[in-house]
Amino acid sequence: MSTSQTPAPARGAEPPSGPPREPEEATAVQNVGLTLYRVAAALLIPIVSLAALWFTFDWLRDTDASRIVVVVVAVIVGVFGVFALYYGMDKVTDQLPERFQDSVRPWVFVGPALTVLAVFLVYPAINTTLLSFKDATGDAWVGLENYGFVFTNEGMLRSMRNTLGWIVIVPTVSVAFGLAVAVLADKLDRGESAVKSLIFLPMAVSFVGASVVFGLIYDFKIFGSQTGLLNGIWTALGNEPVGWLSLQPWNNLFLMVIMVWMQTGFAMVILSAAIKSVPDDILEAARIDGANEIQVFFRVVVPSIMSTIVVVTTTMIINVLKVFDIVFVMTNGERGTEIIAERMIRWFFRNDHDGRGAAIAVVLFLAIIPVMMINVRRFQAEEEIR
Amino acid sequence: MSATTVDTNELVQGKQPSPLQRLFSRWPVKLALLLIVVIWLIPTLGLLVSSLRIKAITEAEGWWTFFANPFDTAQWTLSHYSEVLTGRGFGNAFGNSLAVAIPATVIPITMAAFASYAFSWMEFRGRQVMFVSVVALLVVPLQMALIPLLRLYTQGGTFLGVTIFPDLDLAGTYPAVWLAHAGFGLPLAVYLLRNYIGSLPSSIIESARVDGATHFEIFTRLIVPLSVPALASFAIFQFLWVWNDLLVALVFLGGTPDVQVLTMALAELQGQFGQFAHLLPAAAFITMALPLVVFFSLQRYFVRGLTAGAVKG
Repeated sequence: MSTSQTPAPARGAEPPSGPPREPEEATAVQNVGLTLYRVAAALLIPIVSLAALWFTFDWLRDTDASRIVVVVVAVIVGVFGVFALYYGMDKVTDQLPERFQDSVRPWVFVGPALTVLAVFLVYPAINTTLLSFKDATGDAWVGLENYGFVFTNEGMLRSMRNTLGWIVIVPTVSVAFGLAVAVLADKLDRGESAVKSLIFLPMAVSFVGASVVFGLIYDFKIFGSQTGLLNGIWTALGNEPVGWLSLQPWNNLFLMVIMVWMQTGFAMVILSAAIKSVPDDILEAARIDGANEIQVFFRVVVPSIMSTIVVVTTTMIINVLKVFDIVFVMTNGERGTEIIAERMIRWFFRNDHDGRGAAIAVVLFLAIIPVMMINVRRFQAEEEIR
Repeated sequence: MSATTVDTNELVQGKQPSPLQRLFSRWPVKLALLLIVVIWLIPTLGLLVSSLRIKAITEAEGWWTFFANPFDTAQWTLSHYSEVLTGRGFGNAFGNSLAVAIPATVIPITMAAFASYAFSWMEFRGRQVMFVSVVALLVVPLQMALIPLLRLYTQGGTFLGVTIFPDLDLAGTYPAVWLAHAGFGLPLAVYLLRNYIGSLPSSIIESARVDGATHFEIFTRLIVPLSVPALASFAIFQFLWVWNDLLVALVFLGGTPDVQVLTMALAELQGQFGQFAHLLPAAAFITMALPLVVFFSLQRYFVRGLTAGAVKG
């Protein structure tokens, strides 16, 4: 990677002053000028934002300003700065000859988003793919070596087995619990929303926070009275205390419980909405035909909300594929608890091997694509109905 | 349950059983729900109790022993909270989390709202192709972007020999995180807002055009007010996502203690080999405080946002 020596701020200042004047000249030049203006419009807002943000921070860092000032300035620059830039750019466009305005203005609106996406998603995605064929520092090409590592290394293989366990168990259990709560709460005369809020509450908690919460449950002491709830119950039953998070392979299950605790509320909320949309007359008809409540549930309700169940399940599979915090904080990926997303951070961040980290990221990406395809298609269909 | 009570109930509200009957009707359903709710609440309750008990007790016995003597005031203390906030830098980290999360929410929403308006109500070549490309980016997990972005931030970047990103030494600053979160949040934001803004009645926009309103005026005076539900639900989703995020913060802010956010501070405290075990519950509660307030006050939008966030890549 070559380090650029070009003066950064100048690049930010250039585009706005130059191109906009060109369109007024000859017809042949007009198209080129307009294109330049469009590009400038797309680049200007992100670049100026970045420059403004950077200068503000550089200045604040140098002046040793107090933390509160930094926070307030950060919020003001971040929040109002961007909107002000759109406003300014729109005003500049108003100065153009009228016949050009309509063909240029969309770029003022769309351009900044496209630029940010290009720099922060498209370029990195391509770059990661390339990096996955390079060595630890990203300098020399090594062909498929990193992928060879991904598919032969013992820890990597274990991480894939574990991840497979995660994507099967977590969504299944969460959807089952979520469905159960949704159906049961639906039968309550009152208190339904209270029940649902309480189950849903863990959704608002961070994965790290949830890890602390469950630390209090899985805690293990070799002697003395136990502070972890699970060992408290276990020893009260007359057993020796167990180090739950070192108990292979079951420790994986105990980590999955955390994710289930957090995600069940999500499944419940969406499934609950789906259950309520099943027409009453169908349910009544089934009951009149002599079906009991359990038959009504499995033969009528479940088939009619099947597409929602699929969406919830696939969404959860994606969430599970990407979660790294739980393992990272609870066991650090040791004692046989590796998962793919956690391995990626380990190789990139802790072991400083960019090539391997990139290869793992690409594998993760390839695993997500088919699931996401199902999801987007379903979502699209639902949006059309709505 | 006298016959007369039932009769009046029937007259007023149809077939209504007496209060006593109602309490015990469907008891298996209620019992099952109660059991699940209790199981779901136990972890949080344990955290709350542990955060409020003095160090000697939390280290010596399980939190559930408080059930035996909940009114023994000698066990309760708020000192963990004050120690975490001042001594362990969580007060600072709370400010940092706000400074990261608010702009990282507003920047992508602003950009996405302008883009969605253009995608819905402006005519230009390549509009459909661009929108589809943006939506396609939903599949890119943020893990794909971390390594190159960190390199951009620390060394600048060139693409085919052209400098596309100057070496600003951004790693460890807020803008690094804002822009990264903006990039990661944009595809979903554009997708959701375009669906919403595009479904607004065209007659309103057309009549505003006829009245001589510019696109910018239509956007700020009509579209934004009308889109508040969609904007709010995405805002809440993105805010909580950023607030609860550890990965992005760790990669782009890691190694700079004075800008560290709450999740990082908590993960670090947890990694100290149990040295601060007695402070962890209070620390965890501090990180959860704002999300819980958002959750209870804006539940309606929150649910909508999460539902819509189902397709985030």
